[in-house]
Amino acid sequence: MTDLPLIGDYATPSTELSGARVGVVTFPGTLDDRDAARAVRLAGGEAVSLWHADTELPDVDAIVIPGGFSYGDYLRAGAISRFAPLMDKIVDAANSDAKLPVLGICNGFQVLTESHLLPGSMIKNDHLKFICRDQVLRVENNSTAWTNQYESGQEITIVLKNQDGQYVADEKTLDELEGEGRVAFRYVGWNPNGSRRDIAGITNAAGNVVGLMPHPEHAVEAGYGPDHTGTDGLGFFTSVLTTLVGGTK
Amino acid sequence: MTAEATEKEFNIDTVDNAASTPDVELPWAELGLKQNEFDEVVKILGRRPTAAELAMYSVMWSEHCSYKSTKNHLRQFGQKVTDEMKKDLMVGIGENAGVTDLGDGWAVTFKIESHNSPSFVEPYQGAATGIGGIVRDIISMGARPIAVMDPLRFGAIDHPDSQRVVHGVVSGIGGYGNSLGLPNVGGETVFDPIYQGNPLVNALAVGKLRHEDLRLANASGVGNRVVLFGARTGGDGIGGASVLASESFDDSKPSKRPAVQVGDPFSEKVLIECCLELFKGSLVEGIQDLGAAGISCATSELASNGDGGMRVELTDVLLRDHTLTPGEILMSESQERMMAVVTPENVDAFEATMATWGVEYSWLGEVTDDDRLIITWNGEVIVDVDPKTVAHDGPVYDRPYARPQWQDELQANTFRGSVNAAILPETGDDLKAAVLELIASPNMCDKSWITRQYDRYVGGNTALAAPDDAGVVRVDEETGLGVAIATDANGRYTYLDPYAGAQLALAESYRNVATSGAVPAAVSDCLNYGSPEDSDVMWQLAEGIRGLSDACMALGVPVTGGNVSLYNQTGDKAIHPTPVVATLGKFDDVDRRTPSGWRADADGQAIYLMGTTADELDGSEIANLRGHLGGVPPKVDLAAEKLLGELLINASRDGMIDAAHDLSEGGLAAALSEMVLRHGVGARVALDDVCERDGVDTFAALFSESQGRAVVAVPRSEEVRFNDMLSARGFPVARLGVVDAQSGNLEIQGVFTASVEELREAHEGTMEKYFG
Repeated sequence: MTDLPLIGDYATPSTELSGARVGVVTFPGTLDDRDAARAVRLAGGEAVSLWHADTELPDVDAIVIPGGFSYGDYLRAGAISRFAPLMDKIVDAANSDAKLPVLGICNGFQVLTESHLLPGSMIKNDHLKFICRDQVLRVENNSTAWTNQYESGQEITIVLKNQDGQYVADEKTLDELEGEGRVAFRYVGWNPNGSRRDIAGITNAAGNVVGLMPHPEHAVEAGYGPDHTGTDGLGFFTSVLTTLVGGTK
Repeated sequence: MTAEATEKEFNIDTVDNAASTPDVELPWAELGLKQNEFDEVVKILGRRPTAAELAMYSVMWSEHCSYKSTKNHLRQFGQKVTDEMKKDLMVGIGENAGVTDLGDGWAVTFKIESHNSPSFVEPYQGAATGIGGIVRDIISMGARPIAVMDPLRFGAIDHPDSQRVVHGVVSGIGGYGNSLGLPNVGGETVFDPIYQGNPLVNALAVGKLRHEDLRLANASGVGNRVVLFGARTGGDGIGGASVLASESFDDSKPSKRPAVQVGDPFSEKVLIECCLELFKGSLVEGIQDLGAAGISCATSELASNGDGGMRVELTDVLLRDHTLTPGEILMSESQERMMAVVTPENVDAFEATMATWGVEYSWLGEVTDDDRLIITWNGEVIVDVDPKTVAHDGPVYDRPYARPQWQDELQANTFRGSVNAAILPETGDDLKAAVLELIASPNMCDKSWITRQYDRYVGGNTALAAPDDAGVVRVDEETGLGVAIATDANGRYTYLDPYAGAQLALAESYRNVATSGAVPAAVSDCLNYGSPEDSDVMWQLAEGIRGLSDACMALGVPVTGGNVSLYNQTGDKAIHPTPVVATLGKFDDVDRRTPSGWRADADGQAIYLMGTTADELDGSEIANLRGHLGGVPPKVDLAAEKLLGELLINASRDGMIDAAHDLSEGGLAAALSEMVLRHGVGARVALDDVCERDGVDTFAALFSESQGRAVVAVPRSEEVRFNDMLSARGFPVARLGVVDAQSGNLEIQGVFTASVEELREAHEGTMEKYFG
């Protein structure tokens, strides 16, 4: 047999990262909550299920808003979810001095822009179809809470799957994002949805809130990730756990 | 309840009214009943039916719901079964879906169904609600759905209407399935003008459950409450089963669009989570999804399967259209609805779960002790029937059937005998051109234009998906326990020989599952045929069922459920008989799954062809490309299939092979091309030994579709063990060559060399070209 790692053979979680509690939010229509929880566990953290209707934020050290079609994406992706009681708490915690790390993936990214934690918005893919593919991204900013385990400029392959993934913002906002180094990820090779300036993901100025359309949580376990081998997404989750242990770089 | 609803006044046809007005004319013919069937209803009731009863009988006795033309034949699936085959079968045919024991307290349930007619009338909603319906069947068993698959058949790729149908169906499947968070792990796509007016949109779903979570559709326990929950009932899909699915299309009739259901995947996703929470808390005694025939089906099935009767107040049904009549409410096929039976003690907990998920519900009635299904409208009885007569005692027909007169002539018209030998490629250049043409052809081309519109990753348990031979999904993350599923059918084979064709469909799906390394365990079938009232078609159907049931017995895999789709014809022209067979296989650990192509690190591994090749070109893809359809399909050898399966599974389990791909449509030429293209890694092979051993020419070696074959990649260190195993079991094998990661070519030595780029360009351009 070859040395190729098969299914279930992923990096051993670092024990010093254990103990951190990462909340995973579920809205009606959320799809990737179990995947996000698994990614947290594989990285060595403890996943805590959070329900959109909860009015108090439990004691968690970071939050993942996973992908899916919350409220069916009816009206506009993320437009209804932003009004969930828990979102108010998350917005407050993200903007507080404690700067709670928040990661929005796909629909979660859409919720973050609708909540104004991140600028811009997502519209329908330029080719008007849902697309699921193994996507190469370049890590443009490795100083955020969710990217510090990557090298700057590192190319990673994770899963992209969405219908409304075209990132748009006005030119001024885009220039600001570029100027402040807040473009966290860019599509490499092919822009799969027409996103402005090939932007796949962005961060807030403090680096604690990150949103992106592709799915790192689907690339954490060899055998189930891109091309049935890739684990490039695990770094998101080890990054935040490292942040929680030692602070951002 | 709104004022509008309570004030609604219909001329309600009560049971009392029916008894006192025996001579009222009823529209039974318009509802699809035949004279003898209507007479039977009158005989059962001892009076004329009420309008509501007529609605119920007409939908439940439709071909779609009652299997009246096929029941006598379908019995064979239950009869040709050994105790050994039943060993792991927890629930067989007859329930919403069959359930198979997976071990460690886990079970899986799966089923394939058709949504053909709606998908032609309204492709997006037809295909979307096809997914919705099959997923609710899976939930009804107490299971969490974990994957879907779609075998599709469209008309000619270049026909203008194929644009409408293909775009609509694919985006419908994606739009609905993606929103449910279910990975789409495979299926097939076939283009053939024979399906022009009758595309086939079949949908498969698989679910997992713990043994103790198994639920059945029955209403037991006198005093237990009956609840309808999920989406509100509207006017969509009325008569879908009786009108659409049980009739042939005819241009002279008005548009049937209102008979197609409209789906809301968000409601379904919420319904899935809500039901699973109900199961977890053991809050429901019996549960039934609402699909074909809506409330008519759910009430009569639940009541007849239980130990009592049921009483239901129909005005308590939540409506989105308050103008619906009682009959329409009973027939509506509005999506995303479930009916459950709940004990009085669990009512509060049930309501709390509904509140959590924001799901609407209404208590309709209760289980009674008198074996009757009573439906009232503001307290007045409008239905009073023995539910068994509605759900199970429908008419059964022995439709006449006979081998068509044209069958002999068709089988005598062989490819070799009728095609001018001069046009068959012989030189290396011509053979290369034929291979490139083959892998670019509509049926053999890369289908990622379709599959990339489906989420194959959600859930994080997809170990293999299209274009691999089978979809492989992990069930238990702790142990790696999992399943493999493949669906297959070849309408041309089945047209040439209905008995053998059905067996070949099973053989291929069985082989696909075994090729992935899983042990085949159960079968679900979707029998797509023309009109049973045509004796030629009825013969195809009878032969198909006989062939498939015999083959299941020979391979030791039981049919656990499925569906029959008839009247797939336009005018007199029926589709090719297309029995789509889904085989489910088990993995102790999906870690052992065998992918269908080799990677660069397999450089130098040996490539073997298992099985022998005969000159079997009739019904093949290459014959199809040359415009020929005649002769007899490849020979069925189920003993050889079974042995090949065992060998592939053993080789996978013992780490003797790193890649395996079954041979089917397009033969060795397609298999080698696909293995090379899977990861863009070349190969160097020679066909001389195969040609000499099997007495075939290079053309047949490349394009024959002989069964019971697979190509495997064997690491050098495992070659001795692999060969010893095959010779010990007496299975023929030929060493074709090696994986060649450096060359970037598929080289058929002494015949031709094609670069990976050339192959890719041919294989990947076709769908884009037609569908953009």
